[in-house]
Amino acid sequence: MSDNDYQSPYTPNTDHDRQQMLEAIGVSSVEELFKDIPEGYTTDSLDLPPALSEPELMAHAQELAASNMVPGDYACFLGAGVYRHHIPAVVRQITGRSEFMTAYTPYQPEVSQGTLQTAYEFQTLVSQLTGMEVANLGMYDGSTSMAEAALMSARITKFDRISIMDTVSPLYREVLDTYAQAPGLKIDTFTSSQTELEEGTACLIVQQPNFFGYMEDMAALSKLAHDNGALLIVSSDPISLAMFKPPGDYDADIVVGEGQPMGVPPTFGGPFVGLFACKQEYIRQMPGRIVGKTVDTKDRTAYVLTLQTREQHIRRERATSNICTAVALIALMSTVYMSSNGKRGMRHVAELCYHKAHYAATLIDALPGYSVKTDETFFQEFVVECPSPPSELNEKLLGYKIIGGLDITAQVPNGMLVCATEVNTRDEIERLAGALAEIGTGK
Amino acid sequence: MNPPDLKYSKEHEWVRSESDSVVVMGITEFAQDSLGDVVFVEIPDVDAELTQGEKMGEIESVKAVSDLYSPVSGKVIKRNESLIDNPELVNEGPFEQGWMLEVEIKDCSELDNLLSVEDYNSFLKSGA
Amino acid sequence: MTSLLEKFELNRRKLLMERSSPGRIGTTLLPLDVPESELPDAEILREELEMPEVSEGDLVRYFSQISQFNFSIDHNFYPLGSCTMKYNPKLNDEVASLPGLAQIHPLQPESTVQGAIKLLWELQERLAEITGLAGVSLAPMAGADGELAGMLMARAYHLKRGDTQRKKVLIPDSAHGTNPASAAMAGFDVVSLPSDADGNTDLNALRAAADDELAALMITLPSTLGLFDRNILEVNQIVRDAGGIVYGDGANLNAIVGRVRLGDLGFDVIHSNLHKTFTQPHGGGGPGSGPVIAGDRLVDYLPLPIATRTSADNNEYFSLGTPPNTIGRMGAFHGNFGALVRAYAYISTLGKEGIPKISEDSVINANYILSQLKGYYDLPYDRTCMHEVVFSARNLKRDHGVSALDVSKRLIDYGIHPPTMYFPLIVEEALMIEPTETESKETLDYFIEVMKTIAQEAADNPDVLHNAPQNTPNTRVDEARAARRPNLRWRRES
Repeated sequence: MSDNDYQSPYTPNTDHDRQQMLEAIGVSSVEELFKDIPEGYTTDSLDLPPALSEPELMAHAQELAASNMVPGDYACFLGAGVYRHHIPAVVRQITGRSEFMTAYTPYQPEVSQGTLQTAYEFQTLVSQLTGMEVANLGMYDGSTSMAEAALMSARITKFDRISIMDTVSPLYREVLDTYAQAPGLKIDTFTSSQTELEEGTACLIVQQPNFFGYMEDMAALSKLAHDNGALLIVSSDPISLAMFKPPGDYDADIVVGEGQPMGVPPTFGGPFVGLFACKQEYIRQMPGRIVGKTVDTKDRTAYVLTLQTREQHIRRERATSNICTAVALIALMSTVYMSSNGKRGMRHVAELCYHKAHYAATLIDALPGYSVKTDETFFQEFVVECPSPPSELNEKLLGYKIIGGLDITAQVPNGMLVCATEVNTRDEIERLAGALAEIGTGK
Repeated sequence: MNPPDLKYSKEHEWVRSESDSVVVMGITEFAQDSLGDVVFVEIPDVDAELTQGEKMGEIESVKAVSDLYSPVSGKVIKRNESLIDNPELVNEGPFEQGWMLEVEIKDCSELDNLLSVEDYNSFLKSGA
Repeated sequence: MTSLLEKFELNRRKLLMERSSPGRIGTTLLPLDVPESELPDAEILREELEMPEVSEGDLVRYFSQISQFNFSIDHNFYPLGSCTMKYNPKLNDEVASLPGLAQIHPLQPESTVQGAIKLLWELQERLAEITGLAGVSLAPMAGADGELAGMLMARAYHLKRGDTQRKKVLIPDSAHGTNPASAAMAGFDVVSLPSDADGNTDLNALRAAADDELAALMITLPSTLGLFDRNILEVNQIVRDAGGIVYGDGANLNAIVGRVRLGDLGFDVIHSNLHKTFTQPHGGGGPGSGPVIAGDRLVDYLPLPIATRTSADNNEYFSLGTPPNTIGRMGAFHGNFGALVRAYAYISTLGKEGIPKISEDSVINANYILSQLKGYYDLPYDRTCMHEVVFSARNLKRDHGVSALDVSKRLIDYGIHPPTMYFPLIVEEALMIEPTETESKETLDYFIEVMKTIAQEAADNPDVLHNAPQNTPNTRVDEARAARRPNLRWRRES
């Protein structure tokens, strides 16, 4: 069979259709339409594999998928910024609707009220969850939200130093470094033993719970930031916010965080949703899309993209951010997650995570050679000091069909960051402890 | 249409002399019409120092942002605070209730750098 | 007194918090199977959490009803220029939801996710082949993110060579707003470059600006006017001779995939919008994905991570690595994997035979529209277009007081999503129409008929255009009010 027999199911044009259209256009072949391409630069053919039929592609994809070890199949105790929580069936059902999935940015409000009203809901729920006055429609992920918050604080204060606690995720720190290099912002690492900030500091960035799983002293850090003329930026886990006092209660100026725990599977790292909330007085400096409530010509409630003069399509090189396409569908997943769990469900999930993690910590701490920091408050993650390198332990754990915690030897000698959420059953947790006991003693 | 007792700049600002040393300023009818519905006005605070011809703020409509240039040099002694909550005043009365700043000027010969109403009207006709 | 119908309307638009009733819940509660631990001090615990309280059925009905207020590709012809609103194959979603791809954690040891990293590596290879460039980073999470990466790479490249005076980036006046915004975020000064009367880059202006302060040129090919720059080889040569980097905005790749490769034309680094050319669903505003793809000059500067393959004894092993002079990390993890999987599935489905057909059919479709609407709407550049055509409604404005906005809103009454309007900025009353290759001739013929009808309505009955749309849940909205008195969230009335 020749190449010319190829007909894509996605392209209706047949040779007959093409012929008709070429005649209407007034050319004899499609080549004439490409005459502006310089002579000699037209590609002969691409070195790509031949087209696959649907069953062939599915088989190939299943093969790729099958060569991965999958949490669920394996008991998994990894957290460190991506958390497994149960996703109610209704999340996928609603967000899988083609009306939401195959629409685009709501530039024409009259035909986008589905996207716009659900976006307003997201902004409402994020504001409520974080205890802040307003929220936007989301940045790419928690790390870029944090970086953009730092840039925003520099714009507001006109200072050029960023202070970031050493207990913030090292991955997030790397992203901040990427964003800060060009504007020439200086980054100072803040440790809890310090009592003041450098002069000209635009913000203090704190992660809550911190990268190691432990709760920071928000009241003290808030006071410290504000006493030094800096804004307080808090990067929060959203599920923890259902149980712990939100940063808004501590007078945070900007709250960011990763929305993935609310309705999004781990997906090997993305797409996720960067939460971004702040005080009302800063809204004109806030990056990202914002939806507002208004009325139409018949005085009926309507929603519309607003404060667009902050954005790149109007302000271009003076925009608050270059962000255009963000993560609207992922924000919708979080919206449905928050609504289906609701007031009681969100709190319930948070408390389950708390108890599961504490149970795991207690069991592991009791094992000879293992030590868990339990004297400080933690939520769903904790640090284990192991008797041998975590990388070796983790390799052996795979044999028990367990994916162990994150190897954080770079921060804590033989340190492992172990996470337990409501999806880790009692059996899984006890199996982990049992396996660690066996492996640790070199059995 | 454009009041004859005012002076004008090529950036479509107007200036009214209140006394030898005090002027009031705003933007013209042409400017507000070009902008469309004004949604936000950013003007300097009281005591800010202005320089003739330099950017002093911004004015936003729904779909556009324009720079505001100071038509005079001097010190801001009063701002129209109503514009914060009611930016539409600029559209409704650009020469009256939409005034922006009251400025104490140092050098009234600077006003000679501005256009008379006739010159401004010609400037508009020529396709400003 | 509100009528019953008005009440029905109001009820349809009620928000979650307004539909809530204390005690309702929309999901089940998992029982605790471990002993309870002591809770922390009440002082740091939350007292009150405001969240909806609705049943699952109420939730589904609300979201299902409100979804009907949207236009979307699956329901409507959506010729939004520069956005490439092509059909999203359902197969891609099936592949992406395989648990082996959807449930894996990004921080798992590499040996446990070989299938995932292999997929990334193969996608890198495919994109490099399609664009004719050396290396790919799949990390950027949208087109603008890819632009930022490319700009930071240009910056790093010049700094490494000691070229600290290169602060200037040239950007055509027709460029998408993200271009100057990204250049500014990378610390550059933006200088606008005019187009000539034919819609090509003005070579004289370019030569004048191409000095030793030039860091880069950012250019979209074909341009946002839908035109293939006839001088592109010379444009790129001028920039490279001056020591600058040529950056390609790949938003319009749909016009040229499989036909000509940006790498072959002299581009140093580009990004590709996977949610445009490669069918990642648009999602109402994302997620997208914007891989950055570089030639030899910049390949060492790509953001991390890059998928690599090593082979020994007939075994291949896949890893995530770091380029030698990397600009760093763009996001916490490896890019938008869910989108990358879909693009991979799409490229695999189309393969060697199907990819070149994309550009052929999208260009035929756009030129067909051009040929049929010419004469009804002003055509600022009377030449063969690529995958999109830019018309101007200025003739309707001049003759009947009808604007591009009015035309757009009236299209809605006929069930068609408006084209991109008022962009690019250099065309008055612009209407940018991109049909894509996934539309049939019948759909295009309907669109053409509607556009002709609207042009006639402009003459006969302009008010029907000024008042459009009428057939939607909301008519035109008061945007000034939304900006003057921002109401950005629900609040409980105290």
